[in-house]
Amino acid sequence: MSKHGKREKFTPRADPNSYYGRPILKPPAWDWRIPAYLFAGGLSAGSTLLSTGADLSGRPLLCRRGRIAALAGLGASTYFLVSDLGRPERFHHMLRVAKPTSPMSVGTWIIAGYSPGIGLAAVSELLPARWRSRLLGRVLCRLARPAALSSAALAPALASYTAVLLSQTSVPAWNSAHPYLPFVFTGSAAASSGGLGMLLAPVAEAGPARTFAATGAAAELLASRVMDSRLGLVGEAYEQGSAHRLRKASEYLTAAGLVGTLLGRHNRTAAAAAGLALMAGSVLQRFGVFAAGVASTRDPRFVVAPQRERLAARSGEDPQPSGSSSSSITASQATARE
Amino acid sequence: MSNSLFGPLDDVAGDAGHVDHPPRMGFFTDTSVCIGCKACEVACKQWNGVPAGAELDLLGMSHDNTGELGANSWRHVAFIEQAPTSPVDPPADLGMPGMQPPGAATGAETRTDFRWLMASDVCKHCTHAGCLDVCPTGALFRTEFGSVVVQQDICNGCGYCVSGCPYGVIERRPDDGRAQKCTLCYDRLHDGLEPACAKACPTDSIQFGELDELRERAAARVATLHERGETSARLYGHDPDDGVGGNGAFFLLLDEPEVYGLPPDPVVPTRDMARMWGFVCAAAVGFLTAAVGSFVGRGIR
Repeated sequence: MSKHGKREKFTPRADPNSYYGRPILKPPAWDWRIPAYLFAGGLSAGSTLLSTGADLSGRPLLCRRGRIAALAGLGASTYFLVSDLGRPERFHHMLRVAKPTSPMSVGTWIIAGYSPGIGLAAVSELLPARWRSRLLGRVLCRLARPAALSSAALAPALASYTAVLLSQTSVPAWNSAHPYLPFVFTGSAAASSGGLGMLLAPVAEAGPARTFAATGAAAELLASRVMDSRLGLVGEAYEQGSAHRLRKASEYLTAAGLVGTLLGRHNRTAAAAAGLALMAGSVLQRFGVFAAGVASTRDPRFVVAPQRERLAARSGEDPQPSGSSSSSITASQATARE
Repeated sequence: MSNSLFGPLDDVAGDAGHVDHPPRMGFFTDTSVCIGCKACEVACKQWNGVPAGAELDLLGMSHDNTGELGANSWRHVAFIEQAPTSPVDPPADLGMPGMQPPGAATGAETRTDFRWLMASDVCKHCTHAGCLDVCPTGALFRTEFGSVVVQQDICNGCGYCVSGCPYGVIERRPDDGRAQKCTLCYDRLHDGLEPACAKACPTDSIQFGELDELRERAAARVATLHERGETSARLYGHDPDDGVGGNGAFFLLLDEPEVYGLPPDPVVPTRDMARMWGFVCAAAVGFLTAAVGSFVGRGIR
């Protein structure tokens, strides 16, 4: 035994259900910039909707600051996306094709369609007063509303497509979460952009931002809970390590922000604090979901166990292979499949 | 239904738009005759100019120090030592070296459970390739031979293919930034040559040819092995009805796929694309409704 044990220390026995415990999948090639993009993109989309609504309903400060925030979120998104490429100088290769099977290609064209309108609207807000009376300034200010509306039409797509961007992968924790992630992400986008509106606009104008934020926070909290309870084995990736810590913190902050939004609606400081809590909750949610995906690629269990269950359900066999020949394909079966 | 995204697909190159294309080519890797020499790994690196990798290291787990397929290893020879699992069993006695196969002198029934499994893994060149489906630049494409290749002058290193692959094959090379994987030696195929790994394989464990013929050959090989008492032999990736529509590079294995580091039932993520967009549409409508609802009833100021 002692000799045997010593030998084992140096050459570990192959785990019967994996190749020396090594991962089957590659971890995502992306770093922190992708969850940061998920946040910034959602923030921009929500801010566009809020500022457009504010424009149409006569809330000038919420409109002006919302448009500028939407452009800032868009700028940050673009920076995160381009700089995370292996070859950033080739970012425009995304525009060679429009490919419905690639959520990233679809997302590229959503962003391409979304950007000009809100960019123009934000520039019109940033225009110095002395230029507004000139011809170009007058045209720009006249175009701001229809331009912002064109972006608002695409904003819901921008806020939600990122869920399928993550889910249409082989990453177990993202793929299995595809029925829930869209609601988590749009809830998160509404909570953060509503929170930003509460932070930027005076309480008298920020009513719609508060409603939007509260609705989004409630949706995010609910969708997260439902997701956690229904994912089965793969859900463990969300319940361990940094993914768990980030999402727990997100839940507390979002819940606190929601309470603050509902109670502190007459106090600018309280509203701003609640808004900040909602934004922080949204950031942590995105980083938590991202971390869960990465963790689920590192442990071969998350790949093998659900696939074994699937195979067992199809053939009515024992999901855990006990011996080397428990589900071997016989020659006749192999021939029959040709 | 043309099965462009999921399910059996007979003419994979034709589906990608090639006309008058050659038959689909692929690999049949018969691991029962693999001796773990790694000539395939070396030949591949040499022909394709694949760098050594960031560091040369001993993994300390087995005869395998490559570890996995990746940007710098387009062939990977897995090495698995299987010994009796009971802790009271003594280490297997391999006996004196001889010229005969193990157990030949004493008969098959005296063999112990001790065995070495060796398998040369490679990109599967799936009928429905997750990497190809999600590539947003069109850098990944389907060749006229039915294989899947990255155009290095197009790839901008977005990394989406890395997560699209259900086998963990394709990877971004850190110092280069672009996605890298087996090309089925696309350049050699154009010149009527077989891929470098198959050329270098001394035992014909790696067999290259027309996929239809390889599938027949593989079925016959499994039948032969079963006749000889090797009932653990089974094919992996040969079935057009599997989750990726069958592989262009498939395998004969002697144990469960996960033992070799292969997923037991891989599915191309594109299969659920329509469902996923359905959920996204519902969430997007909810998002817009919440935004509009936030203004309704508050009046125009």
